Amino acid sequence: MPKVVYITTDGTSRIIDAQVGESVMAAAVRNGVPGIIGECGGNCSCATCHVYVDDEFVAGTGAAGDMEDDLLDLGVADRRNTSRLSCQIRLTEDLDGLTVCIPEDQ
Amino acid sequence: MGTLVVGASQAGLQLAVSLRDAGDTAPITLVGEEVYAPYQRPPLSKDYLSGDADIAQLCLRTPEFLAERDISLMTGVRVEELELFEGGPQGSARTTQGQTLEFDRLALTVGARPRRLEAPGADLDGVSYLRTAEDATLLRQLQSDAQSVVVIGGGFIGLEAAAVARAQGKTVTVVEAADRLIGRAVAPAVSEFYRAAHTRRGVDVRLDARVTRLSGKNNRLQVVELSDGSWIPADLAIVGIGVVPRTKLARQLDLLCDNGIVVDRYARTSNPLVVAAGDCTVQPHPLTGREQVRLESVQNAISQAKTAAATLAGASEPNVAVPWFWSNQYDLRLQIAGLSRGHDRFVIRGEIAKECFSVLYYRDETLLAVDAVNAPGDYMAVRKALSQGATITADAAADNAVPLRELIMPQKIGA
Repeated sequence: MPKVVYITTDGTSRIIDAQVGESVMAAAVRNGVPGIIGECGGNCSCATCHVYVDDEFVAGTGAAGDMEDDLLDLGVADRRNTSRLSCQIRLTEDLDGLTVCIPEDQ
Repeated sequence: MGTLVVGASQAGLQLAVSLRDAGDTAPITLVGEEVYAPYQRPPLSKDYLSGDADIAQLCLRTPEFLAERDISLMTGVRVEELELFEGGPQGSARTTQGQTLEFDRLALTVGARPRRLEAPGADLDGVSYLRTAEDATLLRQLQSDAQSVVVIGGGFIGLEAAAVARAQGKTVTVVEAADRLIGRAVAPAVSEFYRAAHTRRGVDVRLDARVTRLSGKNNRLQVVELSDGSWIPADLAIVGIGVVPRTKLARQLDLLCDNGIVVDRYARTSNPLVVAAGDCTVQPHPLTGREQVRLESVQNAISQAKTAAATLAGASEPNVAVPWFWSNQYDLRLQIAGLSRGHDRFVIRGEIAKECFSVLYYRDETLLAVDAVNAPGDYMAVRKALSQGATITADAAADNAVPLRELIMPQKIGA
């Protein structure tokens, strides 16, 4: 079971035991991590699951796809190089310890 | 006592959570007739039906989360009768199991049920509906054994189910009574695109076709007969001909109902002490406030539930969110922002033949909505414009060379 560390805007972290195969968004929403909404359930349609991936894991999580790229461009308040939609990051054992920061606004 | 939320749906769960987020500390009881804790419905006709997801993955919140937020969930419990004491807000609910649940405040998030097919033979084994996880589980089993699938109704549910069946190699026929697909939600150009897209992928699409009879042997479906006299061999029929909002409980309270429980922008029913949210409601158009609309979507369930929770918490936060919606069929991802009904002009961008395009809708030159197929940039640009009260002019949008995001401009004063 990969662990995911979610760091909220006030600096507190929540550690969630996630399932392999589920998304970083789904694990957060089911466990009620504040700041990740995921209204569309992972369909790349709402842009309410924006996170900043910790530098250490950027290579492991990869780059945003075309569709995600468009949503990030237009749908999030403060896009950075490490911005991803967490519904598009699927968890593997290799991502154990993945750390993401949740932006102020979704 | 405390707040009773009837309907453990996406809207019901959101309402309970938002009430807690608003600082409400009174007990909250969320009652649902299904055996499952609140789950996502949209994947039932997509990933769940195709076997790519299981029920546990669809669950919206863990039991630990609900316990932590002090939200009591009662599943497998159906509320049969509601009563308000002296007009409310206090009252009581009686369940089919004979329990009485007293409440200080009431919220209705009871959803809708699938419209039943009225034709001889509609009760044969092999005729199925798709609304609940239980429906989808049954359908998944039936579909794995089926060879020939007839989808009755060419709306989103039917077409998504058709796409799944076709991807599994079944012989698939879609029967639609109207002269085009998805007629309630998209414009004719998009309907025609979906007819052609399904046809290209091997689906037999029959428009202007009514089912007159279903017949079979030993109570099992074998044939679907159509109004033009033709008949289609079928070992599975999937009926997706729309939903009927559940209003029985609302009527017991004499709440105004008109194709749904009538609510205002604050999710208040005709008895302002009772709120309602989600598929069971009709509400003023969130952007114009003028006509009454019924929005069957996750987006509305969430947005309206937040509004209802705010109202119960004593705040005034009207539901003015831009409606949006999505549908996945094969590799086609449709994303809709806004409501296109009543449009008098549309502009097509991109290439329909390449299955990558969008249609922007206007009324009196005012931007209303977009239907985007594999064009998320256009979808997001229109959604952004609508949510900012901005616009993208029709003439500018017609130029494919310029990304829509560069064309968003403030609305003229008085427009």
